[in-house]
Amino acid sequence: MNPHHFDIDTLTFTAKEIRGDILRMLEKAGSGHPGGSLGMADIFTALYFNILNHSPEDPLWPERDRVVLSNGHICPVLYATLARAGYFDLEELKTLRVLGSRLQGHPSRLDLPGIETSAASLGQGLSISVGMALAARLDKEKHKIFALLSDGELQEGSSWEAANAAAKWQLDNLIAVVDRNNIQIDGNTEDIFPLEPLRDKFEAFNWIVLEINGNDMEQILQVFESALKMKGRPICIIAHTTPGKGISFMENKYEWHGIAPSRIEMMEGLAELRLEEVAYERN
Amino acid sequence: MKGIRAEMKLAPNLFKNPELKATRAGFGSAMTALGESDENVVALCADLSGSLKLGDFISKWPDRFFQSGVAEQNMVNMAVGLALSGKIPFATSFGVFMPMRTLDQIRISVCYNNANVKLAASHTGITVGPDGATHQVLEDIAVMRVLPKMKVIVPADAIETEKATISAAKIDGPVYLRFGRQNAPVYTTKDTPFEIGKINKLRDGKDVAIVACGVMVYISLLAAEELSKNGIEASVLNCHTIKPIDTEALIKAAKECGAVVTAEEHQKSGGLGSAVAEVLVESENVPMKIIGIEDRFGESGESDELMEKYGLTSTNIVKAVKNVLKRK
Ligand SMILES: Cc1ncc(C[n+]2csc(CCOP(=O)(O)OP(=O)(O)O)c2C)c(N)n1
Ligand SMILES: [Mg+2]
Repeated sequence: MNPHHFDIDTLTFTAKEIRGDILRMLEKAGSGHPGGSLGMADIFTALYFNILNHSPEDPLWPERDRVVLSNGHICPVLYATLARAGYFDLEELKTLRVLGSRLQGHPSRLDLPGIETSAASLGQGLSISVGMALAARLDKEKHKIFALLSDGELQEGSSWEAANAAAKWQLDNLIAVVDRNNIQIDGNTEDIFPLEPLRDKFEAFNWIVLEINGNDMEQILQVFESALKMKGRPICIIAHTTPGKGISFMENKYEWHGIAPSRIEMMEGLAELRLEEVAYERN
Repeated sequence: MKGIRAEMKLAPNLFKNPELKATRAGFGSAMTALGESDENVVALCADLSGSLKLGDFISKWPDRFFQSGVAEQNMVNMAVGLALSGKIPFATSFGVFMPMRTLDQIRISVCYNNANVKLAASHTGITVGPDGATHQVLEDIAVMRVLPKMKVIVPADAIETEKATISAAKIDGPVYLRFGRQNAPVYTTKDTPFEIGKINKLRDGKDVAIVACGVMVYISLLAAEELSKNGIEASVLNCHTIKPIDTEALIKAAKECGAVVTAEEHQKSGGLGSAVAEVLVESENVPMKIIGIEDRFGESGESDELMEKYGLTSTNIVKAVKNVLKRK
């Protein structure tokens, strides 16, 4: 069971709050990665507040669904979502990247409950997810493995070794979500190192492929609900997201892959989110 | 500036607000110089060309730059193919991703082929700061120096980085170059000597020899100043080339001083200290102390906070010297 099970409106608002958290965390830390974090806020919200079987009071509950964040640099969205879902206090978000913090610059499994695997080196999470899916099958456990991947990391050969492996074992307990935001550090993905035709590639590797607008809450919920019922092959959801989503001056700009907003930029971004007004209107 | 050797031509403002610049900046300017002087020099990068300061090279010679995308293993072996076809490729990334992710390619395809590949890694060591442990490579010197045919260079400042890069292009065979992200004092000058495999003795002192590389060289000079106030005179050796190591200079320093302290921004095991110990244990077995990271991962924090926490400070060098002198 999902402990929250929010409706679409509440999910959409929560994603906005998480975007606000991300801006504040990054501004305070003075470094970090807003682009992918903001773009993935809707999917993280849908997972933790509606889709996943999990238990914030018992992060190691054996029956929980596993979320493997492979592109660890977008951990601000993971930390903010975990905090809002009840894994730890929202106050702790302020400690991102600070000496002694559990919120390391990239996720550290040994530091923070709720993190399934330490990550940062791209192209490793899908292999780890395959291992978890194999173990679940071996133990006849029902939980699912959600592998969250970025498009940039599909340039790593190791991602495709894992894709092959998942197909070999027909791991239908594995759902990969690719953040197809078309940015990476040096520029737009299709200019730097083209990935298209991405859907055809996964299909050729014997995966079921579903495509959605990864910033549309209704589509997100629908795709997960249908993916959870599919059988026989691993499932790849190509989620077309807008990097920097919700903050107009960051949207679709690869330059915002990995720099923190200044105080003024944060204020502008928060104003755009209109968190207080929206909260008021909702009541 | 007691003890500082004139022939090293260090900056006169060595201890008075020297200019600050990251070593990787020296790499960028060297690549531009090499681009001009040798059309066989080509560059590769795995989606980090800004961090590696390759912008100028890329805009001047777009055809001689190969963007590999986030695919370091492929990048290293493309560099091997280019080298085996007469090019002088510089493959570049962060140290955690290259050499660490690409070790097999480097061992077999680069080294066993003796391919003329230059590996240039930035963002090495704990000074990477807030990105945390995942990005702070502390093992690269160890794994690179153990490979046959590989040469390993850890420049001390941006100017030395420029010279090291240009020298690496001029010799045949694999070279690993290690740079930092963070701004650091620039205190060598264009007239400071540089030769791959030759230690630069920056300071003369008879009581102890401090052997360091990278950012720890400057910190060692500060420690020597401090020691001098306590009546202890330290030699400071900039051991920019970890391999091939300057055996002769090390033995000479150990003989003259009778005690050695090494300092590096790297795991204690396998790095500069180990390389120095390997030399001395077979010839001039003097009391020695290795300063480095004590078998652990780094973490998020500001560079200077981490240097302090992990004991990579002049205070800690001073302490180590005092201890080692008791064993003389
Ligand atoms: C193996 C590896 N190589 C290089 C990096 C450095 N790096 C961090 S993020 C990134 C960009 C990758 O693109 P993507 O994940 O799509 O970025 P985003 O969409 O979040 O901007 C790179 C190259 C890394 N983390 N891991
Ligand atoms: Mg991307």
